[in-house]
Amino acid sequence: MADLRELYQETILDHSKKPRNFHEIAEADASAVGHNPLCGDRVTVYVRLRDDTIADIAFVGQGCAISKASASLMTDAVKGKSRVQAHQLFQLFHRMVTGKPGDPVNTAGLGKLAVLSGVSEFPVRVKCASLAWHTLEAALESKKEIVSLE
Amino acid sequence: MSKAEKTLLNVPKIQADFPILHRKIRGKRLVYLDSAATSQKPRQVIDATTDFYMRYNANVHRAIYELGEEATREYEGAREKVAAFIHARSPNQVIFTKSTTEALNLVAYGYGLKGPIQAGDEIVGTVMEHHSNHVPWHFVRDHKGAVLKYVDIDDEGNLRMEQYDELITKRTKIVTVSMCSNVLGTINPIKEIAKRAHEAGAVCVVDAAQAAPHLPIDVQSLGADFLAFSGHKMLGPTGIGVLYGETEALEATEPLLGGGEMIREVHLGRASWNDIPYRFEGGTPNIAGAIGLGVAVDYLTDLKMEAVRAHEMEVTRYALDEIHRIPGVRTYGPEDVKQKAGVLAFTIDGVHPHDIASILDVEGICVRSGHHCAQPLMERYDLPATARASFYVYNDSDDVDVLMAGIRKVQEVFA
Repeated sequence: MADLRELYQETILDHSKKPRNFHEIAEADASAVGHNPLCGDRVTVYVRLRDDTIADIAFVGQGCAISKASASLMTDAVKGKSRVQAHQLFQLFHRMVTGKPGDPVNTAGLGKLAVLSGVSEFPVRVKCASLAWHTLEAALESKKEIVSLE
Repeated sequence: MSKAEKTLLNVPKIQADFPILHRKIRGKRLVYLDSAATSQKPRQVIDATTDFYMRYNANVHRAIYELGEEATREYEGAREKVAAFIHARSPNQVIFTKSTTEALNLVAYGYGLKGPIQAGDEIVGTVMEHHSNHVPWHFVRDHKGAVLKYVDIDDEGNLRMEQYDELITKRTKIVTVSMCSNVLGTINPIKEIAKRAHEAGAVCVVDAAQAAPHLPIDVQSLGADFLAFSGHKMLGPTGIGVLYGETEALEATEPLLGGGEMIREVHLGRASWNDIPYRFEGGTPNIAGAIGLGVAVDYLTDLKMEAVRAHEMEVTRYALDEIHRIPGVRTYGPEDVKQKAGVLAFTIDGVHPHDIASILDVEGICVRSGHHCAQPLMERYDLPATARASFYVYNDSDDVDVLMAGIRKVQEVFA
């Protein structure tokens, strides 16, 4: 049975209440807006690049605890990483949260992001957890249009 | 106020009729509080649809043989039951559709796009409508040049009736309004609105999706020209809806679907139409759905809609009283249960509605979270989303108690 405390771990609640890197970046090299119309979640991700490295990253927006915590944890996790590394991290993260409920969860290589593994027990919340990541991908690909998760 | 024990419905007996209410969700008793999205179905309805496929499945209005005769009799019997349920003068005023949405689109298409609406004619809606009573009228504006106007609400969620004085003019051809809001629970004064529409020579279109399952409806006394509702919100199957129409209004409406059933004669390049209501039922209809809806209507009629309404008022009053005891919880919509159906939209300070719904889910409680297909209304309140609990005949004060304990749990998690 899915445990509430698995979904709402202390770290997640902490990041949702006090999100890290929660501000705009005035002279961002890339940014994108993500929107989940189903729940009204909206996030803007800003990135500063040095060569191929994410030198700085921040976000603003509103959403549920899962989407806010995920965005906050993501910014911590990818800062200082190359684009390719950030993309690979997203792949690992996506695999973790979209695992079938009840199946063993693979958190290898995910570090602190592993606290979001409980999301796999709540498939309807996967979009909340992945909104910021999709938005980061769009920013890095310099898509200026709004990412919409239907 | 004490718990709603003195109910007019025998809730345990009703619950026994709903197989799904006996399953467990994440190890807990299922507390289903999302009937405004779709109701659960009693065994009688499930059995009736199965029975059709098991014993007398055949197409309607075509077959010469006995099976087809039976299927047609049951299908038309369902139409008669629905007509009696809403006090229509004749079963011929009842058109089966797939949903409220299709019914409203049929009116927007057949009376708006193809019917008597001209450029500059006005359609008066409200800000509290469900998307299905907004978007079809956008089509009419876009293709016919009609002008859309909206009546606002006050902060408690009641229509600002005085605005009709200004908004309804000589150019108004359609006044459309929900009988009951799917978010606020507000029950709107349809009789008064229809009267004002008629004084201006306009027709009154009523979205009764949230009303037909919960309130006694008398279309003649309401004065509605068109009234739409869905089977699945009133104990019936999904995929079956109803459009009621005043005969004169239906005669001015063009069919939405061309094909079998809706014609009298077809020649290459031309066709003449069947009588109303068959004119509007092109294609093989949802026969099992209609029969199931007929049995749902029987079930509600046996309970008596007055008793259903009285029961829901008691449960809603109890829920409002209890939720107001919890600090940090806000509710939306009328406080007076005489003006409110069994719909309770709420937010908890500092907690997103999605998180509310997830935590309640772990407790076995089904509530809706989101914009409830009423984004213009959410914008009116400047809210991205709310949680929403809604009550029906199988809910009682015990369910309300479980909900309140769940809300306190949400607050603990986010403390």
